[in-house]
Amino acid sequence: MRMPAPIRLRELIRTIRTARTQAEEREMIQKECAAIRSSFREEDNTYRCRNVAKLLYMHMLGYPAHFGQLECLKLIASQKFTDKRIGYLGAMLLLDERQDVHLLMTNCIKNDLNHSTQYVQGLALCTLGCMGSSEMCRDLAGEVEKLLKTSNSYLRKKAALCAVHVIRKVPELMEMFLPATKNLLSEKNHGVLHTSVVLLTEMCERSPDMLSHFRKLVPQLVRILKNLIMSGYSPEHDVSGISDPFLQVRILRLLRILGKGDDDSSEAMNDILAQVATNTETSKNVGNAILYETVLTIMDIKSESGLRVLAINILGRFLLNNDKNIRYVALTSLLKTVQTDHNAVQRHRSTIVDCLKDLDVSIKRRAMELSFALVNGNNIRGMMKELLYFLDSCDPDFKADCASGIFLAAEKYAPSKRWHIDTIMRVLTTAGSYVRDDSVPNLIQLITNSVEMHAYTVQRLYKALLDDISQQPLVQVASWCIGEYGDLLVSGQCEEEEPIQVSEDEVLDVLEGLLVSNLSTPVTRGYSLTAIMKLSTRFSSLNRIKKVVSIYGSSIDVELQQRAVEYNALFKKYDHMRPALLERMPIMEKTATNGPSETVQTNGETDSTILDTKHLPSISQPASQANDLLDLLGGNDVVPIIQTTVPTKPASAGGELLDLLGDLSLTGGPTPTPASSVPMSQPPFLLDGLTSQPLFNDIAAVIPPMTAYNKNGLIIEFTFERSNPNPNIAVITIHATNSTEADMTEFVFQAAVPKTFQLQLLSPSSNVVPAFNQGSVTQVIRVLNPQKQQLRMRIKLTYTHKGSPVQDLAEVNNFPPQSWQ
Amino acid sequence: MIKAILIFNNHGKPRMSKFYEHYTEDTEQQIIRETFHLVSKRDENVCNFLEGGLLIGGSENKLIYRHYATLYFVFCVDSSESELGILDLIQVFVETLDKCFENVCELDLIFHLDKVHNILAEMVMGGMVLETNMSEIITQVEAQDQ
Repeated sequence: MRMPAPIRLRELIRTIRTARTQAEEREMIQKECAAIRSSFREEDNTYRCRNVAKLLYMHMLGYPAHFGQLECLKLIASQKFTDKRIGYLGAMLLLDERQDVHLLMTNCIKNDLNHSTQYVQGLALCTLGCMGSSEMCRDLAGEVEKLLKTSNSYLRKKAALCAVHVIRKVPELMEMFLPATKNLLSEKNHGVLHTSVVLLTEMCERSPDMLSHFRKLVPQLVRILKNLIMSGYSPEHDVSGISDPFLQVRILRLLRILGKGDDDSSEAMNDILAQVATNTETSKNVGNAILYETVLTIMDIKSESGLRVLAINILGRFLLNNDKNIRYVALTSLLKTVQTDHNAVQRHRSTIVDCLKDLDVSIKRRAMELSFALVNGNNIRGMMKELLYFLDSCDPDFKADCASGIFLAAEKYAPSKRWHIDTIMRVLTTAGSYVRDDSVPNLIQLITNSVEMHAYTVQRLYKALLDDISQQPLVQVASWCIGEYGDLLVSGQCEEEEPIQVSEDEVLDVLEGLLVSNLSTPVTRGYSLTAIMKLSTRFSSLNRIKKVVSIYGSSIDVELQQRAVEYNALFKKYDHMRPALLERMPIMEKTATNGPSETVQTNGETDSTILDTKHLPSISQPASQANDLLDLLGGNDVVPIIQTTVPTKPASAGGELLDLLGDLSLTGGPTPTPASSVPMSQPPFLLDGLTSQPLFNDIAAVIPPMTAYNKNGLIIEFTFERSNPNPNIAVITIHATNSTEADMTEFVFQAAVPKTFQLQLLSPSSNVVPAFNQGSVTQVIRVLNPQKQQLRMRIKLTYTHKGSPVQDLAEVNNFPPQSWQ
Repeated sequence: MIKAILIFNNHGKPRMSKFYEHYTEDTEQQIIRETFHLVSKRDENVCNFLEGGLLIGGSENKLIYRHYATLYFVFCVDSSESELGILDLIQVFVETLDKCFENVCELDLIFHLDKVHNILAEMVMGGMVLETNMSEIITQVEAQDQ
């Protein structure tokens, strides 16, 4: 029994639209699918076309349609045009290279490429250009190339785009299309011109040889562009009064690629670019599109400075435009150019800052990134006010990036320490929970380094803690500081602002509150326990502290338990060491840069990535910077601050302490430097990998040690190391040994270097050099040698030997070359 | 390069979808849904550019959209296309549809999906812009219909 004729597509659509629920729709579709399937089985040619059309509709709605793939092939092979059309459409929608079935199409396409009707040829080209696999492209490239040379403009333009697809799939075939490109640009038909420019662009992007080959086309392109602008109204290509803007934009882009890095081409384009920039109507979107493209091109090629200023001014005008799209586009391009033409962009700073208040999320993000790029020493105060205000009101997605950016900017350009700390406090209190994890150790280091602000800082942090303990980074920094500087807090000395009166018990209340609060994370609890412990040397309420510590000796959290147990041990067996262990932390060195160090590729300054062969045609556009902050430092490192103050460690406890610290395999002793040293060890690990300078780890082992002084039984040896992130710093450790039979006491080592160097002398391990080489005194010297000159040093030694003072001067000149090169 | 062209209505029902890169059917549907979510949240007076959703390539790709009456026309492009140019392209596309269907409305798109595809095929091929001249496109389409 023959099935009734399958319903037409229109009927099907109408039926489906009457469905009121998803389930009803699914039912109808399934019924129809079953009907279609049986119809396919009947191998009925007349209705196949209709069935496949229905299948495609259902596919669009999201239902599986793979059983129709073979049917598409049969349709393609048919002689009727309507069949072929639906067949090819089905092939494009349903098939792709991952199905084996598609290879069967190759022969059909080949025949159709040589068909007598141009529309059939067009269909074939279209399908090949959309989903041809590499094998298909290889087989059919010859046909495509032939069609590229035909005089039929309809086919020629399709062949051009098909060629682009072939090149993308099989880059080796690019050479094959080269001869056909010879007179592509002499066509009058805009469609062909357009697609030819696309083809040329693709070839230039993929191969530097092609690029140099096509440079000679620049005059021709300039001429075409000129005609477009000068010609009067031409109705067919007109869009809002401008003649074929699509073609203009394409040509401008090709000119950008050709002119980049090449003086002659850039010069040839200068005039036309200026002409386009000044003559284009800006009232409609179309004109702005052309101007935008022109600006990008000007910034990329080697244009003269007048032209560049013109470009930036156009961008500035865009920023004031009412149309959001234009503003967005302007912000994006300014982002690209800020590295190279910084001053020009600065002029528009106030407009950019206003964009921070825009309602549109995309615009806000762009404005934020651009603002960070524009911050410098002069405008830091004003900008920071705006940025902090922005931080308060922006979406949570932005807060993390904004906070990091603010920290970076503050660090680079802070006009005063107090301002810096105030800014940090503000960020912590407003966006505290969004701050990145690595900022806690960085902040702690910053606070330690601003010695005179300790009292002020700890007071402010304490007050902030009283208000709110939910923001973990704030709480962590605050508890660390209270632990360190609690004595300053209770003593009520603060120069910067009104000192508050707070008792030891109140402080301990707050810290204990942190320990028990649900809001505190385990890390925060660790910080507060350690802080309480440290206060045992600074406060007098020992009993209370002892009690707290012993309670946590049985805490469930393993980390807390371990700490509590060790601190308990400190109280009981090692009480004499406690003061030494819990002393003030020394000033810490900054080891590497903060934050992500992605460099943004700019329009003015990319490395010639365009000359590399790539798979994607994106060229002078920047790498995605949507999420990552600009590296404000542009990829350079921060020069570590060399402190000239010597850390305050009393000599007597120092010796014991260093022995304690130096030998970690002490039996029975508590592990030295409890958690308070955790923040210090994090920066090298986290941030080392991000520095863009080569690491000098290997070299450290290679510099040989040398003997600097050898007289009267006193031998001083120098061993060398490179400081990791900054190769201009050499770290020298001196070892002094005494081979006489009497100790050398009150031993002091001093050194001086020539003016171009800077020297920092850290404290010695002790000032007694024991007799008979029984031990040595070590001391670390850091030398900064920015001009890489030969290292020379004058040393002065004073000590008491057998009761009489001895003093000696010496010159050290025999430094190995690797230590200063 | 254009990665995808989507047309859907205010409720998220797809009216036409064309992908120039390959995704599985499920992914395609998810992309349509995700795009609809991103685009429908947008206010009337914000800019027409959005970062792409995760499924369609994340922040390297942009969604450029225009809202006409009950339909959203969304082009998902990568960074090599000019944003403003694509906006104009959308306009040309819609005007062409208007000429071909005489005062086009959503119903026309629903019932003549194949014709919409054919028109689009004359404009964009393989993710690249083929022809932008409206009269050219219309002539070709009418010739093929005979």
